[in-house]
Amino acid sequence: MNVLDLSRWQFGITTVYHFLFVPITIGLGFLVAGFETAWIRTGRERWLRLTKFYGKLFLINFALGVVTGIVQEFQFGMNWSAYSRLVGNIFGAPLAIEALLAFFLESTFLGLWIFGWDRLPPKVHAACMWIAATGTLLSAYFILAANAWMQHPVGYTYNAKTGQDNLQSFAKVMFNPAQLAGFPHVIAGCFLTAGSLVAGIALWQLLRRPGITADHATAFRHALKAGAITAIIGAVAVVITGDTQAKLFTTQYQPMKMAAAEALYHTAQPAPFSLLTIGSLNGSHPVFEITIPRVLSFLATGNWSSQVQGIDNLQQQYQAQFGPGSYVPVIPVTYWSFRLMIGMGLLAALIAIVALWTTRRGRTPAHGKRGLWRKTLIAGAVTLPLLPLIGNSTGWIMTEMGRQPWLVYGQMKTSAGVSANSAGEVLASLVIFTLLYGVLAVIEAGLMLKYIKAGLTSEPLPGGGGGADGDGGPGTDTGGAGAPMQLVY
Amino acid sequence: MHLSDLWFIAIAVLWAGYFVLEGFDFGVGILLPFLGRDDMDRRVMINTIGPVWDGNEVWLLTAGGATFAAFPAWYAAMFSAFYLPLLLVLVALIIRGVAFEYRGKREHPRWRAGWDAAIFLGSLLPALLWGVAFGNVLHGIPLNGAQHFTGNFFTFLNPYALLGGVTTLTLFTLHGGLFLALKTTGELRLRAIAAAVASGLAAIVAGAGFLAWTELSYRASATSGEGIASACCAALAAVALISGVLAGWKGREGLAFSANAVAILAAVTALFTALYPRVLPSTLSPALSLTTGNAASAAQTLAVMTVVACIFLPFVLAYQAWTYWVFRKRVTAPPTAQSQPRTPSRAS
Repeated sequence: MNVLDLSRWQFGITTVYHFLFVPITIGLGFLVAGFETAWIRTGRERWLRLTKFYGKLFLINFALGVVTGIVQEFQFGMNWSAYSRLVGNIFGAPLAIEALLAFFLESTFLGLWIFGWDRLPPKVHAACMWIAATGTLLSAYFILAANAWMQHPVGYTYNAKTGQDNLQSFAKVMFNPAQLAGFPHVIAGCFLTAGSLVAGIALWQLLRRPGITADHATAFRHALKAGAITAIIGAVAVVITGDTQAKLFTTQYQPMKMAAAEALYHTAQPAPFSLLTIGSLNGSHPVFEITIPRVLSFLATGNWSSQVQGIDNLQQQYQAQFGPGSYVPVIPVTYWSFRLMIGMGLLAALIAIVALWTTRRGRTPAHGKRGLWRKTLIAGAVTLPLLPLIGNSTGWIMTEMGRQPWLVYGQMKTSAGVSANSAGEVLASLVIFTLLYGVLAVIEAGLMLKYIKAGLTSEPLPGGGGGADGDGGPGTDTGGAGAPMQLVY
Repeated sequence: MHLSDLWFIAIAVLWAGYFVLEGFDFGVGILLPFLGRDDMDRRVMINTIGPVWDGNEVWLLTAGGATFAAFPAWYAAMFSAFYLPLLLVLVALIIRGVAFEYRGKREHPRWRAGWDAAIFLGSLLPALLWGVAFGNVLHGIPLNGAQHFTGNFFTFLNPYALLGGVTTLTLFTLHGGLFLALKTTGELRLRAIAAAVASGLAAIVAGAGFLAWTELSYRASATSGEGIASACCAALAAVALISGVLAGWKGREGLAFSANAVAILAAVTALFTALYPRVLPSTLSPALSLTTGNAASAAQTLAVMTVVACIFLPFVLAYQAWTYWVFRKRVTAPPTAQSQPRTPSRAS
């Protein structure tokens, strides 16, 4: 493999890996903050126990999100220096601002949250998690604005003398229509992800833990509801924002991406939606294909009978516009990642709805039932947290691979953006990152499972004021500011 | 003054802040196997930096992001040239960051020993490599007309840059020792003071050599205002460093830590003023060097960044300072394994 292919594999692997942790961080931060606020509002100990339980999972996940994020910022310069030189004026600014505005908020206030249980009044302590969660949201906004600019570059002029893109309007970059459509889509996905995680774990605890106490069961019923409702709202928002984004990109920004995602070779009016295909996706007649008439026309344009352009026509058009070369992404990748994204999201939403339904009118899921229904629910609980992770990854693979051969759409091809490193160097880093990330994934999953299985604690809660009054409610003073620091790590 | 000069200063400030802050948490990590006699000692040491290390590391990310935005050509040339050293730094920062969070999550001695090793190596490597990297930036690297690095990994291993590495390694170890002296009690504190003095003596020798060598051989100009300022800062760094070690030896750890923070600030200032107006000198020809002039972004980007930094940097400094205030107490091992009795929390 050459430097270009190695660099692309490295960027793909490290970025997909990083984005396994990011959506959990963003969504779960808000849910944990919500649990802690519920504790402060109601004074009920179960909310505090849920805060601690899901907070621990949040931190195990966050640790990997943080450290893999450093790689993300560095590898633009390390592996994509020609790209960095061209776009630094525009792309660098959101990254710098992200660090200044968001990373400081996240890291500082999470430090306060982790170590501050006995140092801060409960309301201030909960506020730290709200602020940290807001930091993750801000962070997402800036990095997605940077990505949206690669998908649909706006607000710049090319300076041929310096070989750089110069910023013309920062507001245009920040409020790029591609960003305004893409950001809500990603954030909705984050809430679908975190809601599914919370609900899946709670459902599993309710079904599988022998001898779970009545208190803990009540707590997990609440967590299940909160998680499932979050996931369902997230899923609805994902569909709406995904639809907006699809229309914007098909009709205006990147018609090739939708054509490639559909493996639609010939322009069609009206265009059918391909549900699945068995056989080749190279434009020849497939072995077996299920299509729904007119649906692609509607999805892409909002009109049941309008035209959707095909790959072959677009290729001709781009050759006329940009010169010779192939402008077609890798079709099987875009086609199948698009279907997996949608399928995983819908399946997660379906399981979340069923999970919520099992708790209707004070019921405990599968209460007193054995057999198939219970087993089905357990299988659902185990798969639910995993489905959105696959959906997030395949969604990104679809949109990034669907932009190829462009790095900056219409301006710079991926092959032109790579650094002049030696293949040996990049191979070394690719192998090292892949192995290291693999080992860390195993360790992370092991820890997650350990703490998921352990469930809620029954011990008195330090920092929760679980003291003499017995209700575990939040105190008005911390009583700890003068005491020596607690060991947390 | 051009905006590009202002951003050169801003990047110098970010690196200085990074070294002053993460310098001591690297030092704590480096001293972990030497001062931590048992698991409880090591836990206490890790907990002294627990609430702040991640916030300290963001100074690096901000420095990186600011370089990308304000000097794209510098960011692109430097990060691709320093590919393998940066790979090592990244691996170190990854295992170290995970180690802090995961170490206490299982009781098993081998689990903890493994993460202790990760914290040690993950702190040692960057503490050494940042100095080597800065030495090479001052020294210059073979950069051709296309702003591509034409050397290899061994290009970086010149004596001057290696001395830079020894300087940051010993300086950060000293800084960590003084921080531990400030944040712990009893025997651990005494051991930390001894370690600080020992590494401090090494830092004085290495640092004096490195700064003197910089002023003699690697300043952009010996007669310009910046060149003279650089020599003054180097002298100030030396004085602050020696006073810091002396104060540490006397057991006045607060004064010692502050003096050493000044020493790090002054040393970084000396390096950046010696570098100016170059940002990445080329050893092939001075004409190929990247400078604040030819590597900077256009005015519009720099103006936006300046406004954002002026608005938000004060907030960042304020809440980071607040964190240090909240966690100002010394960290000690709990008297017994049981949790202490607590007063009823509803009392008001």
